[in-house]
Amino acid sequence: MHALANPARFLRLARPITTWLLLIGLALSTGGMAAGLTLTPPDYLQGETVRIMYVHVPSAWLGMAGWVGIAAASISQLVWRHPLAAIGARAAAPAGATFAAICLLTGSIWGRPTWGTWWEWDGRLTSMLVLFFLYLGYIALASAERERGGEGRIAAIYGLVGAVNLPIIHYSVLWWRTLHQGESIGLSGSTIDSSILWPLPLTMIGFTCLFGAAVLMRMRAELAETKVEARMRRMGAA
Amino acid sequence: MNPWPFVTAAYGAAILLTAALLLWAFASMRRAEAAADALNRK
Repeated sequence: MHALANPARFLRLARPITTWLLLIGLALSTGGMAAGLTLTPPDYLQGETVRIMYVHVPSAWLGMAGWVGIAAASISQLVWRHPLAAIGARAAAPAGATFAAICLLTGSIWGRPTWGTWWEWDGRLTSMLVLFFLYLGYIALASAERERGGEGRIAAIYGLVGAVNLPIIHYSVLWWRTLHQGESIGLSGSTIDSSILWPLPLTMIGFTCLFGAAVLMRMRAELAETKVEARMRRMGAA
Repeated sequence: MNPWPFVTAAYGAAILLTAALLLWAFASMRRAEAAADALNRK
């Protein structure tokens, strides 16, 4: 990671990677969604609504992965003072918030025909909603701190404290057995039949690539803005 | 209950929000990098 501490070196790598992530992400997510809509059979219990899984599961994973990224960047900033850590964390927040919102929306849309309700104060749903609000808080705090010329330490501490919510989301279906079903996909395998499951890795990888591209584009934008601000300050002082 | 309006709405929300995120990130990057390049040329 420290090899990327030099912004010029980071930008040399980030420019081609952004393009590749966009191209691969668009191809895989479009292909996976098309396959999920047309090539898989309906589920014997859920019927056609099972197809919502191909957009809901990747967004749930990315909503949580975004905060893992913020927490990792916060540690990197507070412990090693990595110069790109705060920029990376700020760049991950809007992408994470977007995918948390997609997760909540698609879950609610799936819930209406399956559970008979748009919303229930269930452990998984509520902890995911808390994650979305944590993102909004982080974006507001990090932006305010940056505008005041801070190093981003307060936002980094907030990022670490907010990570407490991640195990709560993950284990919520075990701790509170309410409406949301238990884990269908784990390290030991899946309870979903392979005829239905196969497009899911495509959308998981595809949306992850798009998430990565959005984060890199925001990092490039912030590095360019920092460069302009520094130059303007020097010109103002001269 | 016909499931297809729900499936369509879920895919529509996912595609629209992802596209909005990517377009916003791309536009802000292009604007910032163009401003930095313009300053370099001065």
